[in-house]
Amino acid sequence: MVFGMLGQIIKNFFTGYATRLYPFEQRKLYENLRGELKIHIDKCTFCMVCEKRCPADAIEVDRKEGIWTLNPSRCILCNVCVEDCKYDALYMDNHWRAPYTENKSISFKGTPPKKKGEE
Amino acid sequence: MKIEFGGIILAARTIVPFGPQHPVLPEPIHLKLELEDEIVVGALPQIGYVHRGLEGLVDKKDINQLIYVCERVCGICSHQHSMCYCETIEKLCNIEVPERAKYLRTIWAELHRVHSHLLWLGLFADAFGYESLFMQTWRVREKTVDIMEKTAGTRIIISVNVVGGVRRDLDDNMITELKDYTKEMKGVFEKFKKAFGDDKAIINRTQGIGVITAEQMIELGGVGPTLRGSGVKQDCRLLPDVGAYKNLTFEPIVENGGDCYARMMVRMRETIQANELIEEAVNKLPAGPINVDVKPKPEGEQISRIEQPRGELMYYIRGNGTKNLDRLRIRTPTFSNIPPLLKMLPGCQMADVPVIVLTIDPCISCTER
Repeated sequence: MVFGMLGQIIKNFFTGYATRLYPFEQRKLYENLRGELKIHIDKCTFCMVCEKRCPADAIEVDRKEGIWTLNPSRCILCNVCVEDCKYDALYMDNHWRAPYTENKSISFKGTPPKKKGEE
Repeated sequence: MKIEFGGIILAARTIVPFGPQHPVLPEPIHLKLELEDEIVVGALPQIGYVHRGLEGLVDKKDINQLIYVCERVCGICSHQHSMCYCETIEKLCNIEVPERAKYLRTIWAELHRVHSHLLWLGLFADAFGYESLFMQTWRVREKTVDIMEKTAGTRIIISVNVVGGVRRDLDDNMITELKDYTKEMKGVFEKFKKAFGDDKAIINRTQGIGVITAEQMIELGGVGPTLRGSGVKQDCRLLPDVGAYKNLTFEPIVENGGDCYARMMVRMRETIQANELIEEAVNKLPAGPINVDVKPKPEGEQISRIEQPRGELMYYIRGNGTKNLDRLRIRTPTFSNIPPLLKMLPGCQMADVPVIVLTIDPCISCTER
């Protein structure tokens, strides 16, 4: 047993680091990572499907004014809204959201759909 | 120490509280240990520290949103919860899941088993002070969790199940990475088996401790590796409709010791077996669709079972024909393993109590959802 341990100690002098030298060497982010929910607001038609399907009630859609609001603290990054959006307006960015000190909702303003009977 | 006065015994036992905060426990449970001079004579459990009332969310969420609630019942074995829920609804509504989806669910389920057993092995080594082995097992676990991030998007709560199949597919890059991972892990797990199984200090601390026989286990209702460590061959993966296990070569792993050493070796060998199952499933993956488009409206009652890393998990569902369920009831394996724990404790010394409590793999957040 002593020889096994001595052999391991001598080997450890010549092998490299067992861990990464963070922050000089960072692991690259994978493409599939679900980091943060974002929207292309010009493609949104305010059909409200994402609000109905969200399991965590994180999305609020105001159809009359054309405002799409997200509460990022409630979002569980499950990807259901991205997959169910027929117009490809929502997407997941693969960077984590930076730490924050206030719990604020994020709103985007787009063009609301025209009512029937109007021009 | 007995205190007698005139033939009357005044004090013989002390009561020492164990938990809910303890360095060895992953989740809070309280045990009142009755001691007579360092030997444990009895134990009284008390649970309820992390009850969140998740079954009551049935009124507020519909069937598809409940998948994400069920996943978050446990933070270690979460994929098997959503897989069991989806399988119950599919059985009730007679939905046929495509073959590729069954294989993908099995691959992610076995990856979860590997990560859960590696977590447990690390905590077990920490329970008797072997901290460097704790660090090494969790370092290897990071590689498993990295593979889950590459294939499914997040580390542990992966949200891939949907009623009718899975939502994500494995492309060719991911399949190559999975094959490299399984090849690398073969040698690493063999080294762990030697480090855990042949170490004299671990053998001294675990052999002969917490012995329970097969008849006592069956009478008290134990499940999972705790049951298989006493020589009873019972595993839910032998059922015909769970995932894709009927197409893979699978034999339950059984040890005959009945003590802590046997239970530890069952989990160590299951990790090696899970690695082989992943490799076989990736090689046999059939082509085809990954889900069917359905709008389930279940009516009636249904039960289904699945093998979690800790034992047999059972879901009961009652539907009334609308998009909301009537009742959801979950029975988790740690709840069934607490009576055998109370039978294992009397007769051991107080320093053995953390080792015995950890040997049933307590997941208390599953027990009291």
